[in-house]
Amino acid sequence: MSVEKYLKHMRIDRLPHVWCPGCGNGTILKATVGAIDELELDPSKIAVVSGIGCSSRATGYLNYNTMHTLHGRAIAFATGIKLSRPDMTVIVMTGDGDAGAIGGNHFIHAARRNMDISVICFNNNIYGMTGGQYSPTTPEHSYATTSPYGNIEEPFDLSRLAITSGATYVARTTTYHFVALQNYIKKAITNKGFSLVETITQCPTYYGRYNKIGTAPEMINYFKDNGMTLAKALSTMKEMDPDVNYDGFNVNALLEKAVEKLPEKLIIGEFVNKSKRGYVEKYEEILDKAKEKLASSKA
Amino acid sequence: MYKAGDYVLMQGDKACALGAIAAGCRFFGGYPITPATEIAETMAEELPKVGGKFIQMEDEIASACSIIGASLSGAKSMTATSGPGFSLMQEAIGYASMTETPCVFVNVMRGGPSTGMPTRISQGDIMQAKWGTHGDHPIIALYPSTVKETYTLIIKAFFLAEHFRTPVIFLMDETLGHMRESFEIPEIDSKFILPRLSGEDLEDEEIYHPFESFNDTTTPLMSMGKSKFHVSGLVHDETGFPMGSSSMAEKLLRQLDKKIRMHRDEITTYEEYMTEDAEILIVAYGTAARAAKRAVKLARVDGMKIGLFRPITIWPFPNARLVKLLQQVDAVLVAELNLGQIFQEVSRLNKQKKLLRLLSRVDGSLIPPEQMLEAITEMRIELDEY
Ligand SMILES: Cc1ncc(C[n+]2csc(CCOP(=O)(O)OP(=O)(O)O)c2C)c(N)n1
Repeated sequence: MSVEKYLKHMRIDRLPHVWCPGCGNGTILKATVGAIDELELDPSKIAVVSGIGCSSRATGYLNYNTMHTLHGRAIAFATGIKLSRPDMTVIVMTGDGDAGAIGGNHFIHAARRNMDISVICFNNNIYGMTGGQYSPTTPEHSYATTSPYGNIEEPFDLSRLAITSGATYVARTTTYHFVALQNYIKKAITNKGFSLVETITQCPTYYGRYNKIGTAPEMINYFKDNGMTLAKALSTMKEMDPDVNYDGFNVNALLEKAVEKLPEKLIIGEFVNKSKRGYVEKYEEILDKAKEKLASSKA
Repeated sequence: MYKAGDYVLMQGDKACALGAIAAGCRFFGGYPITPATEIAETMAEELPKVGGKFIQMEDEIASACSIIGASLSGAKSMTATSGPGFSLMQEAIGYASMTETPCVFVNVMRGGPSTGMPTRISQGDIMQAKWGTHGDHPIIALYPSTVKETYTLIIKAFFLAEHFRTPVIFLMDETLGHMRESFEIPEIDSKFILPRLSGEDLEDEEIYHPFESFNDTTTPLMSMGKSKFHVSGLVHDETGFPMGSSSMAEKLLRQLDKKIRMHRDEITTYEEYMTEDAEILIVAYGTAARAAKRAVKLARVDGMKIGLFRPITIWPFPNARLVKLLQQVDAVLVAELNLGQIFQEVSRLNKQKKLLRLLSRVDGSLIPPEQMLEAITEMRIELDEY
């Protein structure tokens, strides 16, 4: 594939980027512009909004309308843009701390409203920008500068959080699974509602180093070896527990069970893809009702 | 919906909302809080009638961010809150200031700190309006004192926000927000309704630099989607990109400050009542100024030469006129519903050491005119011995 396909979406003059050698953020950036390119969207009708963090610096390299906002608040800014300008494609780029900790409230409420924005979460299981503190997705017992004795908090599963909050498109993958990643981003952008693409990405500088997982290639190999689709997890669990009626489980329950049964696996895949009207579409009806009311009050 | 010339009996909060719509506000993101809730309720009802958008966000942080997003995408936007919510909005107000995004933040003041007295009047957020967000930054804050003035002044708030590309704080108070008064809906001067630049204003191949400045003003804002640009809360150059150089920071911060400071005279407004021959001046603003006006009237009946100076623009403070008045009068009484926030401001200007007294109340009640007269009587005795 020609490099021009990607470069025309980028602000080349802003390179080199700020990310460390081996960081996975560039992979996610590439998948995002690849998806946008294939969808043939008008670049001037795309708004990409980010919060604060290493991952949130992605907006600066993209040749669209871009906003680098406040830590945790990208989704709230994006909500204002999308509601005021339904004609624009609104994408949020955010970190696991940005979306899951300080911005957790905006995350669940935008999902609940089925606000038509596509959230691409760069989940590196750590606070990269501030130098390696634990995040709400840092696994229990993992090391970070603020969990020097091992993390005693239980992590959030951001995909499950989105599913149970009402998101209409939810997929998770890793930076190893590039083709799937680009495809999921395409589907997320196409979905008329709240979409999450949670991408597990490597931070060799902090997470990999503190947890002795190794260098970037070793981390990516870890994703390759341990990534397991939900479908595969389901068939594996059925074999493990023939007495359990796994077909009666909803996706949230399955994901929860998979963590218990296959703790070493990273469960990936497309978890939710459904069609449901969201705030922006429903507001169109409010506009009609209000205009009728106005007309009848004048009559 | 009303039209110019309609005679209405209206609550202050509603006048604020309807005035904003008349000013062209087409996006409101808010979160309910006494005594500002009626602004959100009016917006929910009225905005869709003109094609505008309303959303009740999950908190005030989100509300503030949503209006900035909406503004950059092209809609004139506003939020409304009271003390606790205003505290939550501060980080976003700084972002609006740094990104030079026009938007209006209404704060209908109630007793604080913390939950304080939700249903009682206060003027405790005067300094927060100026310094609430971190870092040096300029701000414009306006504060009406009648329901009619609320309607007309919010239109000016939108004009200033667009013209100077800045957040504008619109202060009200519980009494003003909940009070009903009758007035005639005024004709709006179209020069106060500023349109956004459109993409068609650009020459072919011309690149829009959203932060380019010319003679102390920033280039007008172009709506997102008409031209592609980047905004960031980081120190940036005229293209909007972070540069990380210290000379750029120096230039940007001074430029932000200058664009308001150099236009202070255009921005500041105030009302004077019987100041021509005043010997004692009352400085009061917002609802508290209404009782002060009454006190002036009562004092004049008794032959006392009292006048009122009412800042309508709170920030930047109308220094120039007050300095002149300080030269003329013998004494000044600052009457306010806080522990002396504007009193400090007046003290700084009182170079000639005129007799200066503070009459303050923080019990959630207004200062009655009689209490002001008592204070003035005491000041006259003091003046004898001064
Ligand atoms: C209100 C606020 N609190 C704290 C910070 C400091 N801060 C900047 S980035 C960050 C964490 C970023 O972690 P994450 O969202 O996971 O993104 P990453 O850097 O790992 O990509 C923090 C705590 C801030 N900028 N603003």
